[in-house]
Order: sequence, then C-alpha cells, then structure tokens
Amino acid sequence: MTRPALRLENIVKTFPGVRALDGVSFEVLPGEVHALMGENGAGKSTLMKVLGGIHQPNEGRILVGEEPAVMANPLEAKAKGIVFIHQELSLAEELSVAENIYLGELPRKSFGRVDWATLYARTDEILKKLKVGFDARTMVGTLSIANQQMVEIARALTVDAKAVIFDEPTASLTDSEKVVLFEVIDDLKKDGVGIIYISHRMEEIFKITDRISVLRDGEYRGTLVTKETTEDDVTQLMIGRSLDLSRNHEHAEVGDVALEVRGLSCGDLYRDISFEIRRGEVVGFYGLVGAGRTEIAETLFGLRAPSAGQILLDGEEVHLGSPVDAIARGISLVPEDRKGQGLVLGMNCRDNMTLPQVGDLTAGPFVSDGAEIAIFDQYRDKLDIRTPGWRQTVGNLSGGNQQKIVIGKWLSMHPTLLIVDEPTRGIDVGSKSEIHKLIRQLASQGYAVMVISSEMPEVLHVSDRIVAMYHGELIRTFTSDEVTEDSLIQAISGIRTDGGDKAA
Amino acid sequence: MAPGTWSTFLRRGAIWAFIALELAFFSIAGEFLSVSDKAFMNWDNMLLLLKQSAPLGIIAMGMTLIMVNGNIDLSVGAIFALAAVILLDSMTWPFMAAMGDWSFLLAWVFALLAGVALGALNGFLVWKTGVDAFIITLGAMLGFRGLVFMYNGENPTSHLNWTLVDFAEAQFLGLHTATWFLLVVTAGMWWLMNRTVHGRNAYAIGDNREAAVNAGIRVGPHMMINFMIIGFLAALSAVVFYSESGSVNPNDGMLYELWIITAVVLGGTKLTGGSGSIISTLGGVLAIQILRRGLNHIGADTSTVNLVIGLILIAVLFLDRQLNVKGKEALRI
Ligand SMILES: Nc1ncnc2c1ncn2[C@@H]1O[C@H](COP(=O)(O)OP(=O)(O)OP(=O)(O)O)[C@@H](O)[C@H]1O
Ligand SMILES: [Mg+2]
Repeated sequence: MTRPALRLENIVKTFPGVRALDGVSFEVLPGEVHALMGENGAGKSTLMKVLGGIHQPNEGRILVGEEPAVMANPLEAKAKGIVFIHQELSLAEELSVAENIYLGELPRKSFGRVDWATLYARTDEILKKLKVGFDARTMVGTLSIANQQMVEIARALTVDAKAVIFDEPTASLTDSEKVVLFEVIDDLKKDGVGIIYISHRMEEIFKITDRISVLRDGEYRGTLVTKETTEDDVTQLMIGRSLDLSRNHEHAEVGDVALEVRGLSCGDLYRDISFEIRRGEVVGFYGLVGAGRTEIAETLFGLRAPSAGQILLDGEEVHLGSPVDAIARGISLVPEDRKGQGLVLGMNCRDNMTLPQVGDLTAGPFVSDGAEIAIFDQYRDKLDIRTPGWRQTVGNLSGGNQQKIVIGKWLSMHPTLLIVDEPTRGIDVGSKSEIHKLIRQLASQGYAVMVISSEMPEVLHVSDRIVAMYHGELIRTFTSDEVTEDSLIQAISGIRTDGGDKAA
Repeated sequence: MAPGTWSTFLRRGAIWAFIALELAFFSIAGEFLSVSDKAFMNWDNMLLLLKQSAPLGIIAMGMTLIMVNGNIDLSVGAIFALAAVILLDSMTWPFMAAMGDWSFLLAWVFALLAGVALGALNGFLVWKTGVDAFIITLGAMLGFRGLVFMYNGENPTSHLNWTLVDFAEAQFLGLHTATWFLLVVTAGMWWLMNRTVHGRNAYAIGDNREAAVNAGIRVGPHMMINFMIIGFLAALSAVVFYSESGSVNPNDGMLYELWIITAVVLGGTKLTGGSGSIISTLGGVLAIQILRRGLNHIGADTSTVNLVIGLILIAVLFLDRQLNVKGKEALRI
C-alpha cells in the first residue's frame, strides 16, 4: 500500500460558539483525487484551512509523508508543498494576472527587484496550459468571475506541489473551463500529486474522484470508494436521508402577467429580448456564462440602462433608473457574486438580512431590534441557516450559509418579481433542494420568479418555462412539458430548432 | 487597448491636465489682478515653486506607499518637527561643535535615524497591536509633538551652519538642492513601488489583505518597513528644509499631514488602498503648490486659499469617481 502524501489526525478546531471540527481524520494518497463532501457548514473549508496554515488546530496533528508537521502560517504550508485554491476568490484586483498567480513569491533579481521577464514568461506558459483568453499582464479586476477563478486555479501549477486543495473550484466555471480544469487535475494526478477536491456537484465528484470522505457537523462520517458507491449513499451519509430529485412539480395557478419585456436591447450585451413572466410562474434562464442573462437581470433591477425596448410591470411601462426604483416597485435581485454584491461581510447576520428594509423596521425614531430579530429567526428556520446566532459576522459563515443569508434578505422583502442569479451556487444538496422547494413555494404564493442558472438539472427542476439564450440572443422559449435535455443544449449553442414560439 | 486602459490613462493624465489649467489660469488672471508686476510663469518663480514643493513632496512620496498599503500616517508633521529639533540642536552639542563645520553630516545622521526610529515605533505598534494605523498614528502625532515641546518649551531651536546654508542654497543645473532631493526621492520611490517585490506586495496587501496573507506574505513586518520609510522621509524633509532656515518653532509641521494626504489623494491614490502612483502624487503636490502660489500671486489671502483647495479636492474626487464607474463598467449593488 502506498503511503499517504499527507494525513490529518484527530483534528479539533473550535471557534467562539462553534465546534467546527470534532476529531476529524483525513488522508490523501499520492496520485489520488480525494473528494471531501458535506453540507454547508460541515467544516470542509475549515479542515483545509488547518492544513493550509490559516487556522491552528486545537488538537490533533498533521503528517506530511511520515513527518509530523506544524503549519504555523500559509507560507510554511506552501513550503511543504501544499497549494490551496480558495473557495472565495482570494485575488488582488488592481494587480496583474501574473502578480496574482505568483503572489507572495514573485521571482526576484538583485536588490529585491521583481524579475518581470521570468514572471511573465512563466505565467504565460501556465496560462497556455489552461487555454484561457487573457495574458499575464491583464489586470485581474477586468476579468469575469469565471476567469478570475481560472487565475486561482493557475496557482496550483506554480510550484512542485505534494498536495493541491481545490475548494469548490467549479462554482463559477463554464463547461469548457471545467474540462480544462479536469485535464489539469489529471496531469497533476499523473505527476503523483495528491488532490483534495471539495464540491457539492455530484456529477463532478463521480466523474473525477477516486474516494469520497464525508463530514457532517464537524464530525468525520466515513470514506467511500467512488467506483463502488452511489449518489444516494453519499447523500445519506451527508444529510442522513435521501432526496427526492424528481423533475416534476405541481404547476402553480398562473395569474396575470407581472413582468413583460418587449424588444429589450443593451448594446452588444443582449439584443431584442422579449418575454413575460406571470404571477405564480417560475421562468428559468439557461445559457452559457456570458450569454447575457445576468445583464438582463441587472437591467430589470435598475443597474444597467437598456439602449432600446420597454419594460412593463403589471401592464404599465416603467423606467427603472436605479435599484431604489426597482425595489420600490417590488423587484428583488439575488445577485450572482454574493461576496462582492450581496453581503456586507463585516456585518452580522441579522443586519445583513434586514439591510434593505431597515428603514421600515422602526419603533419611533429607532430601529426595532425585536422586529429585526424576528425576521432573522423566521428566515433562519425557513432556509435552515447554520449559525450560532444572529450576532455572528457573516464573513465567518460557511460559503453556502452566506448564500442563504442573501436569499433570506430578499425574500423577506416580499417582492412581486424575484430574480435569482445562480441561486444554489456553492450550496449543498440538502439545502439546494430546500431552496428549490422554496422557489416553487413562492410561485404558488403568487410571486413571479426569474431564475438564472447554468446548471441544467436546476432549471429543469424548478422552471415552468425555460428561456434559452446564446450570445445575447433569446433563441427559444420552452414549456416544461416540451423541453428535453438535448433540445436545451442545442438551443444554448445557438442552434434554432422549429417548434417553439420564439417570442413567448 | 485593454478594457480600463482609457480610464486609467484619463485618471493618470487628469492631474497634469489640471496643472496645465492652473498655470494657464494664473498666467491670464495674473495679467489683470497681480499684486506684483512679474508674470506668473516666470522662470525664477517656477524654480522657487519646485523648491517650495520639496518639503511636502518628499513626505508625500512616503504617504503614497503607506496609503497604497491601506494605512495612513498622521504623525509625519510631528516627526518632521522632532527631526528638525534634533538636527539643529545636535550641532550645538560640545563634541559636535568641536568637529567644526562638517559636523552637520553627523547631525543629518542623527535626525534621519530619529525619523526611522519613530516610524519603526508606529509600525511596530500597528503590527503587534492590530489597532488601526489611523488611531496609532493619531496618538503618535500628539505624543511626538509633546516631545518637541518638552525639548525647548515654546522657544524656537536655532543653529545656523554656513556650510550647510551654502549647500542648501546651491543650484545645480538650475535646480535648487531641495528640488534635487525631491526628484531623487520621487525616482527612488517610483522604483521601489514599481520594480521591487516589496513595492508590489504593498499594492497586493492594500488591495486584498486576506489574499496577501493567504499567499504567505508577512503583512506585519511589511507594514513596519513602510512606516520606517515614511519616518525616514519625514526626517529627510526636515533635513532639507531646516538646513537652510536654521530655526525651528515647536509648531512647525503642524497640519502637514493634512496637506500631504490632500496631495496624495489629488494624485489619485485610493484611501482604501491598493491603487495609487508616485508620479501622480508628484502631480498632486505640484498642483497644490501652484494653487497656493497662484492665489497669492493674484492677491488672495490664506483663508481663500484653503477654501479653494478644499472645494477643488472634492470636485476632483467626484470627477474621479465618475471616470472610474464608466471605465470599469462594474455595477455593484
Ligand atoms: N473564522 C471563523 N469564526 C467563527 N466561525 C467560523 C469561522 N470559520 C468557520 N466558522 C464556522 O465553522 C463551521 C464550518 O465552516 P466551513 O466554512 O468549514 O464549512 P464548509 O463545510 O466549508 O461549508 P460550505 O460548503 O458552505 O463551504 C461553520 O459553522 C462556520 O460558521
Ligand atoms: Mg467551504
């Protein structure tokens, strides 16, 4: 039997009020892809941060090869060959791609000078392997989220790694970028690098991993060999029950048209878009990243002025100049980038959730604590948000729980039209089905819901109708009865098939 | 052209366009309003303007580094004064006096070392206590100023060394000694920030501190070095200025920190860190100096000068914001 590349033994890690890890052991063999799974807040990222020198464990030890090792800081972990690709983007936006990839270890010449020639040459070599469309000198802030993620991934290739940790690397990648990522992982594997792979996406896990370890509430639950197990087994281990992932849901009673869009265009971003969403209806927007869906959502939320076309709410034409207008008219947007757009990371859970309506929650001139807490409690229960209490700083929550706070925030506004952009990115299977249920439930209560998603199972699962987009154009609108996976894939690749009324 | 390049160019170029505008305005307005009969764009006048920019300018270069790093240093005015006191007083010490005229070289070393030490103290506290640099240096500003007063009460500290005065008043290739110091410091800091690992790390830390920590950059020591650099530059500025004047009042350098921060911000450095440029800071320093001199030239008094500079600062930041939003096309909720 091969010796593990590294091993964590009986790791305990507590934060004030939280026992994030409770005696967890985990190992990865050289040349193995080992998945780490668990619900949001199960402790996956925390375990990896212990390994990466960001957190110090209260108990337990780390072995690199046979040697016990102390990772006092990220530098030491790196020196021992551990590369950490973070879940939340960890990039300096005003710096170049090259400087970000080699952050903390820029190649030097005499007098502490940066060796730019080497830096750019090495970076371009890595970028070539990753087949990305930008070069070493590009400023990171000008890249899309997906491309920024590729910059993070590029870091795995800079050093002679013993082990590489990928913490939800695919959350914002397109399919073609995923293929590249999996090639990279394959290459690393061939070089005998141990890979730890965290993801909530079962299909990926079953495609690329060799073994799966499961955490639950900070405890180690077991390790399965991927080839010999099923999705259901993993889910059982993760959340203690099976999930109903069937596609069919009851159609809610469809009411009046809540939103109608006619011939909407915005420069090159999207052109001549027409659709309507009725009360009680969920309309899914499916397409590749960059198809223009987010931009339409931003227009509807008053963030991006259209160059042509009309927006009608309840049959009345509106001009949405700012999010304030949009919110006043009952439109809510759960944005795609929660860290940059959805949350104030330094603020506590409750204040984040009540932020857009805090002006209404007053008793006399003061903000009413009680009302705020009541709202927080209601949505914490509804969405099953794992936090020790409303006082917890949002930045300390696990990624998935942060997303739930954003959703809770907008749900608590009781919007007429709820737009959700990638609602379950980074969310575990259990909560994902909760959120899907919630979206259906909102529809049945008479809300109009617009769901933007790059995950086919998700759009198929929640939508009454599906709008397929390609390069800023609306290719076709499907009803949930007529849609098939094949026709959907064709549509988002720009292939128009007959049979759909284009302007539904 | 990559996206954002145009707006970056505009932002970088804006301060120089502003300077050109100022020069044009004061030249024309000077024709009608001037209290002197000399033209504003007179060669000597411009040389003097550069020379007078030096004391603030030298420190502003250090402040750019500190602010790009995501910190701020309010104690520079006090360090400036304390270094000046040490510079002038040390030349009267018996063993120094015995060394004759050239003792000033040692006096410089004392003053500069004092600046570095005070900066190190600031940096060490910021590193070890984790308290915001604003608070630490606010305390330091009061404390260091207290030391200045303890030294000599309300009285000025004076010493004239003629070798030194000759040196300070010298002109080389037309430029004054102080101007040369400013130019060398600007070049040196530009090199540090754009060419060295330390400088690039300063940008990274200011931009995303967590990312820098994750990447294994040792943020604390890094910041301490930056505070030592600005301490050094504050002392250097005192050395350059007081070598010539030979007398320091305990109130000298008060409000310097505000002028310096104004110049740096005018030059486009972000208060939140992560972005800024040494060359644009030089522009900011010159713009303020031209404004002060120009307003004097057309007969405005000090209070008008302050009011105008305040208004211009706000207008410039507003414009910068507009440009930024357009250039980035990043729409944040
Ligand atoms: N710095 C911190 N301070 C306090 N609590 C923390 C901190 N970091 C993590 N936690 C808590 O530890 C628990 C585990 O969080 P962790 O981020 O490891 O979850 P995760 O398994 O990565 O979840 P996800 O799938 O959502 O990313 C959570 O309850 C979280 O709130
Ligand atoms: Mg996580």
